[in-house]
Formats: sequence, structure tokens, C-alpha cells
Amino acid sequence: MGISRRALLATAATAATALPVVRARAQKQTLKIGVLTDISGLYQDIVGPLAVEAVRMAVVDSGVAARGIDVEVIAADHQNKADIGSNIARQWYDRDGVDMITEGGSSAVALAVAGVSRDKNKAYLTSGPATSDLTGPACNAVTIHWTYDTYMLARSTGGAMVKAGGNSWYFITADYAFGHALARDTGAFVEQAGGKVLGGARTPFPGTSDFSAFLLQAQASGAKVIGLANAGTDATNCIKQAREFGIKATLAGMLVVISDIHSLGIDVCQGLVLTESFYWDLNPRTRAFAERLRVRYPSRRPTMQQAGPYSATMHYLKAAAELGVARIKSDGAAAIAELKKIPTDDDVFGPGLIRPDGRKIHPSYLFQVKKPSESKGPWDYYNLLGITPAEEAFRPMALGNCPLVKV
Amino acid sequence: MMGFSRPQNGAFWLMVAVIAIAPAILYPVFLMKVLCFALFACAFNLLIGFVGLGSFGHAAFFGMGAYVTAYSAKAWGFTPELAILAGGLVGGALGLAFGWLAIRRQGIYFAMITLALAQMNYFLCTQADFTGGEDGIQGVPRGDLFGLISLKSDLAMYAVVTVVFLAGFLLIHRIVHSPFGQVLKAIRENEPRAISLGYRTDDYKLMVFVISAALAGIAGGTKSLVFGIATLTDVNFPMSGEVILIALLGGMGTIFGPVVGAAVLIALENYLAPFGAWVTVTQGVVFVVCVMAFRRGIVGEIAARFRIAL
Amino acid sequence: MMMIFGIPAPLLFGQLLLGLINGAFYALLSLGLAIIFGMLNIVNFAHGALFMLGAFTAWGLLNYGGIGYWWALLLAPLIVGAFGVVLERLFISKLYKLDHLYGLLLTFGLALILEGLVRNFYGSSGLPYRIPKELQGAQNLGFMMMPNYRGWVVVAALVVCIVTWLVIEKTSIGAKLRAATENAPLVQSFGINVPRMITLTYGAGVALAAFAGVLAAPIYSVNPNMGSNFIIVVFAVVVIGGMGSILGSIVTGFGLGIVEGLTRVFYPEGSATVIFVVMVIVLLARPAGLFGRAH
Repeated sequence: MGISRRALLATAATAATALPVVRARAQKQTLKIGVLTDISGLYQDIVGPLAVEAVRMAVVDSGVAARGIDVEVIAADHQNKADIGSNIARQWYDRDGVDMITEGGSSAVALAVAGVSRDKNKAYLTSGPATSDLTGPACNAVTIHWTYDTYMLARSTGGAMVKAGGNSWYFITADYAFGHALARDTGAFVEQAGGKVLGGARTPFPGTSDFSAFLLQAQASGAKVIGLANAGTDATNCIKQAREFGIKATLAGMLVVISDIHSLGIDVCQGLVLTESFYWDLNPRTRAFAERLRVRYPSRRPTMQQAGPYSATMHYLKAAAELGVARIKSDGAAAIAELKKIPTDDDVFGPGLIRPDGRKIHPSYLFQVKKPSESKGPWDYYNLLGITPAEEAFRPMALGNCPLVKV
Repeated sequence: MMGFSRPQNGAFWLMVAVIAIAPAILYPVFLMKVLCFALFACAFNLLIGFVGLGSFGHAAFFGMGAYVTAYSAKAWGFTPELAILAGGLVGGALGLAFGWLAIRRQGIYFAMITLALAQMNYFLCTQADFTGGEDGIQGVPRGDLFGLISLKSDLAMYAVVTVVFLAGFLLIHRIVHSPFGQVLKAIRENEPRAISLGYRTDDYKLMVFVISAALAGIAGGTKSLVFGIATLTDVNFPMSGEVILIALLGGMGTIFGPVVGAAVLIALENYLAPFGAWVTVTQGVVFVVCVMAFRRGIVGEIAARFRIAL
Repeated sequence: MMMIFGIPAPLLFGQLLLGLINGAFYALLSLGLAIIFGMLNIVNFAHGALFMLGAFTAWGLLNYGGIGYWWALLLAPLIVGAFGVVLERLFISKLYKLDHLYGLLLTFGLALILEGLVRNFYGSSGLPYRIPKELQGAQNLGFMMMPNYRGWVVVAALVVCIVTWLVIEKTSIGAKLRAATENAPLVQSFGINVPRMITLTYGAGVALAAFAGVLAAPIYSVNPNMGSNFIIVVFAVVVIGGMGSILGSIVTGFGLGIVEGLTRVFYPEGSATVIFVVMVIVLLARPAGLFGRAH
């Protein structure tokens, strides 16, 4: 006989410990929240472990333990890949009894997980992705898009910037759907606010690390503002290299957050303009939140994408207390409907609400990075330039093409 | 049966039995992933094990198969069997193009050329509209098999994936144990002699390359139906690296190696997934350990221990 | 403003300079690869990861040791080169008798380990590394602005490439190296310690990669992926230039960088794929590469 039975059994035994096994659904009254985020990749500092910690803190702050509700928080790394993300989501829902997934990662991952969540009728409260399609054509009854989206960024950085004097723009655009959307939407707001878009350059994506030629082109156009319609290392390289070349125009980072400023250093980023919906030093409530979080995670201050899941989890648990655990576990759509009924209020975003199309509404803030002389220490990076109130910060529901919205 | 030796026959039926029983114990979606990658690795193994050509760009065929199947199922409403076939055809066509360029060289040069061609394909995919770029093609419907049987249930899909895998597996085996396969063996043993005997060796090698690419395309297409998604990950270099690792771990040149390798590696990656970048490090360690001390791979070692061919 | 082919001159020359800089890195990296391949017949997949290690070593020297850029240019290649020597002794040398594919697989595995470890300990955002004070700022050349640091990169890379070429082609050490590539046992019989020469050659190739890493640190983000971004393009460069040819890698590296830069001006969408397209054309016309000998 070929393979010895002993060898086969030994292999099977060792393999079985690592293999995913279908378990009978546990009948406990525990809520299980999955934080699906980028733990080790490009965005680990923008989301990642700090977001997980924020969710854990929300569980404590929500006070549901006192009402007899047990909450378990697990986390996994989607590595910014839509297939990995959707697989984890599917496994979590099918096998591991997860009731709600939060964070969610890049736009590609989020779209995939939203689809899986709809198929399995489970709640999905996403904070990390930028695409406004999640409350547009891709909206569904179980998904809420928290924290921000491309429209919010474009409106604030584009519109508010023009009001602040930056009325001629040149775009450096990462050549893929996200970059194009950002540049197009921001350009529209610039022109709506009375400014002009003088031109733009598309940079191959991925794979460009040297933007010097594009920056020089932008300088040559004479624009007062250079819009960086890119994110991640593209954006940080642009900022670094603009400093190196002594580019005089103001840089507007369309998707730049405080972790990027921290890794580049304030002397490189000074004068850079960006939009976030959260800043730890914005008001007494955000400061209190940040100090509580610092006890758990001392090495970094949160970006808006990391603070978002705190707000989402708080609100979810508030709804769980209202609806009852059994109901919220069994029907994701009902859970989300409940979340949309209750107005939100937390230390991260303050008072807000959730629209029928799944869009969480709150004000957005235009910040400018301080000069080194103005900063009192690490993470003290922003001056507030302008506020866009909640009603205007996000795309009007009627314009979104969301199938849930009866226009 | 079919040119299997007795041990191989036993191993084959054991494999079929495991595949039949497994969904009762293990998560069917995980098993389907294993089967798709097993087919992918078998296709790769055909090229390296029996022809001696190590392709470093096989993800191109896998990924394009995934994209084409996904697109045809979603945008054109192809039924699953047609969609998968479309994926295989495109994989094969791409294999013809790449193979024709790469077959001229061997060994390291062949590897480098396939690598570079696959990367070119990756960059083109990032730009092309139909691939959906960063988002990929999402929400791919599994559809109804032959227009009749819905594949929405994981078990129904599992049955289809099993059939696809076994068909591909047996096809490869048939090729190897045919007169065509004998010529391939001769080419691998001593190409100049084969040429002197009048065989147009380049044509044979190209044909195997195309078959390998087509099967990889079928594997990719099936995968995209299982998960409902086809993304840039499927055409990028780490995917090529993954299939090489599976073949190496399982045992290059063995029949069952790719299957065992796929099961082990995907289970390992599943287990390590919560640990982020340690997955990459672990893959690297497995590579190094296999190359330095475990070259025959799991099945190869087992076969050598019992002095049989598996 | 002067226009050339409808493009403003500062833009065109700016892009040419950028192309030259990319080309400098392509040349340095493919030079190291060519040396290692010529001598050891190993395709060093870890080359990109070692380039990245060079940049990280420079950062580490600055952050943990207060050692600045100029010393890093010397020390980082030595440190990473020594590490390369260890790798060669422990792993690579065991594979010489086997199919060359195993060397590729081993170095690929090593690259995964190195990149994964660095990513685990330092994250992926990238670490800051300033341009040294002496090289900050830019010169206005009239027809374009030339950032000082970038000019330095081109000059330094050219010098190192030329010196390496001279050593290999014109000195007696180089002659012995070349002889050992052709016929190792014969050279061994002359009393030359060939295994040690091989080990040191690998170390030298790795040191070249690390040197390129230090040069790259102030320009690009010092992050774990910086090597993998380059490495596959560098492989295409090596295939075009001819796998073991020293001169081929230098000329092709710089040349392709310029071609890429020009494509970026006139047809930006194609700039990511142009090098691969060139590779396909070269393979059709001259399968051994532009400067290669058919193996």
C-alpha cells in the first residue's frame, strides 16, 4: 500500500488543529464585534491596531456591561486586499458568529465586505474607506459609512480652501479610480466656489515614487494651490519632494491625516492644508477621548479613521441596548434601521445623525499644518482654518443614486 | 486505472474520499479555495515538473482567467460553466503569447522573462477599465449551472469545484502518460537528442505551456465564481510566488504534491492571518527551509521514504 | 519659455533628469545583480530587499548612532555587505551544485523574510530621512531647476559604476574574477581561493545595492516596500541588457531610465509598462539581450 496509515493520521491530526471547522452556532447572549483592518500593511498607522483599541474602549465606555450585555471584540488583518477582506468577513459571519463588522479598510475591501454583509444580513459600520459609492450606487440596508468620504474631503478642502484665498489649483492625480474621483470632485467644488483649475498631471499608479517632475510642472503653472489627489506613500512622497524643491504653492493633501504628518515631520509639512472630521485637540470632548485612549495606546494619537470606529461601536451598542441583543443579532437590516432612528452623540464627532442612505453626518474641518515654532510638541500639528457644517459637509442624498432612497 | 501505479491509485482514491467527506467537517469555502489553488499548482507543476520550465509569472494566467470569468458572468450573464471556459480560453491565449516569447530561453532566463511579462500584464490590468482597477470586479454572480442548477449554496458550488478540479487533475495525468508525455520526458532528459530525432521541441514545450496556462486560467475563473470577486491580487507577482511555494512545499514533479501543498499552505495562511506580516515572514521561512533541506517537498519525501512515485 | 515638441523646456529637462536619476538606481542595482549573476550564476531575488536594508541601515545609523549621511554612505554598504557575506556562507553557497532555479527560490524566500521582518518592526508608513545639509537646495541652470541632491545622485552613481567596471575589466583582481567565472577549477589550481572570491563578490554586489539604498533614502520614503517597487523593473533591465554583462547593465540602466522619463512626458499612461515593452522587442530581436552572450 502506498502511504502508511500512520503517516496519514499524523498529518491529519496536525492539520486539523489549524483547519477551520464548522461549529454549531453558539446560543449565548454575547455580541461579537469584528474589527477588520490593515494591521501590518500600508495603512497600519492610519487605521490598524489603534482602531482596534478604540473599539475596545467604546465597549467599556458604552456601559452595556452593566445592562447584562457581553461584548467580545476580535480583529483581523485584511492586508488591503478585497479578496482577503471578503473571505474574513464571510468566515466571521458563517463560522465565528460575528454580529457586526467595523473599520473595514480600503474602498475595495469595504465594497466587497458590504456585499458579503448584505448577503448574510449582518451589520457593517465602516470607517476606513473613502469611496462615496458606499452611500451611492453601492449602498445597502446593512451598511453605514462613518467618518468621511471623498465628497466630504473634496468639499472641505476644495470649497473651504477657495474661501480662504486659494483660488487657483493644479492637481497631481494618482492614475486610478480613487485619484480621478478625488480630482474631479475637488475641481468641481473649486470652480463652484469661484476658483479656477489651471491644469493637472496624472501619475502612474502604483509605482511612482518620484514626483519631482510633476511638482515642477505644477509650479510652472503658477497655481496657488497644488491639490494632491492621491494618498498613502504617493502623498507623503509628494509632500517630501515639494519641500525639497522649495515649491512655493500651498499643498492641499486630499487624503492626508495626522499619522502622515507625524511620519514626515512637521517641518516638512508646514503649511500643508488637509481635511479631517476629527482632531484630538479640537475641543474638550475630543481631548477627553484622546486622553482616555492614550492610557490604552500611548504611542500615537488617533486619525479620524481610527476614532471613527469608537463612535460607530458606541452607537451600535446604544441600539443594542434599545432593541435587545437577540433582535440585533438575528437581523442586521433591522439593527441598522434602529441605528438610523437614534441621533448620534459621542466625544469623537459630537452630535450627528445617520441618513436613510447609510451616511453618518457630522461637521468637517479644514486644517493647516503648523509651523514648527507654533507647535508645542508631538501631535500638536493643526491650526483650524475652516468648518463645513454637517448639513453641507456630505453629498445631498438625492444626488447619490442610492437605491434605498426614494427620490 | 489510467496509468496510475498501485500506490498512486490508492492515493488518488484516498484524495477523492477526502474531498467527498471534508465538507461535513471543514468550512466548504476554505475547501473550495484549496481545490482552486491545487488546480493552479497542478498546472504550474506540469510545466516545471515534467518540462523543467519554471514560470515566475503564472499569476498572469490565473488572474486573467479570474477577470474574464468574473466579467463574463457579471456583465454578459454567462452561465458558470461557460464563464469558466472563457477564463480558461483567455488564459490559454495569453499563455500562447507569453510562451512564444519565453520558450526561446530556458532556466533562469525563462523565469525572468515570464516574470517581467506577467508584471507588464499586471500594470496593464491596473489601467484597464474592465478589471475595475483597485476595486476589482465585485459581486460576481455564481449563476445557474447549465442554466438550471443554482450554485448559490456553498455545497452546490463545492460539487462543481470538485468536478472542475478532478477533471483538470486527470487531464494533466492523461497528458503525462500519453505519447505526447513521453516526448516531453525525452525533451527533459536530453533535448539535443530529441531534436536530433526530429522532434520540434519548441513546439512541444509551447503546447505544454499553453495547456498549463489554460488550466491556470480555469483555476482562476473558478476561484472568482466561488468568492464573487476578481482583483489585482490575482495577477500580481506575490500570487506567482504563492503557487511556486505550494508546488515546492508539496513536491515539484510529483502528481499529488500540488494538492497536498495547497492544503497545507492555505491552512497555514488561514491560521496565521490574524498575525499580519508574520504571514510574509513565514512564507519566506518555508521557502528557505524547503530549498535548503526539504527539496523534495512533502509528497516527494513520503514517496522517497517508501520508494514509490507519487 | 522655450518649447521643445510642444513641451516646455523646464518640464522636458526636468523629466530627463528624473529619468536619469531613476536610471542611476536601475544601473546601480542591475550592476550588482549582473556581478552576482556573472560570478555565482544566482539571480539574487533578495537584491531589492538588500537595497531596502541599505536605506534602513542609513536611517538606523542616524537614529540610533547619530551617524550622518556621509559616513552612512560608507558604513551601510559595509554592514549590509557583511550581512550578505553571512547569507552566502550560510545558505547560498550550499546551492551551487543544484539547478539555478533553487538559488532564485532561496533568495526570493530571503527577500520575503527580510521585508516581512522590517515591516513588522517598523511599520509601512515609511521613516523620514533628511537630505544632508550640504546638498539641500537647487541650482537654477536657466533651462531648468536642478535640485542639488539629485545631481549628486547621478554623479555618485556614475562614478561608482565606472569604477566598478574599471576594476572588473582592467585590474588583475577583475581578471581573476572573470577567469573564475569561466573556469573555476582551473583558477583554483593556480592557488587562488575561489570560494572566498565568490563570497566576497556576493558581498560586493550586495554592498552596491546597499549603497544605492543610502542614495535613495532621502528621496524616497524609507519603507519596507521600496525594494520590491524597484526589483522587477530591474530584472527587466537586466534581461534587456544581457544577464551577466557589466557594461550592459550600466548602459541599459541609465538608458532605460531616460526612456521611461521621456515616456512620462509624452505618454504618461505608458510609463509603467514601457520598459517591459522594450524588453519584449529586444527579446524578439536579440534574445541574449543587447550586450549579452548567448548562454
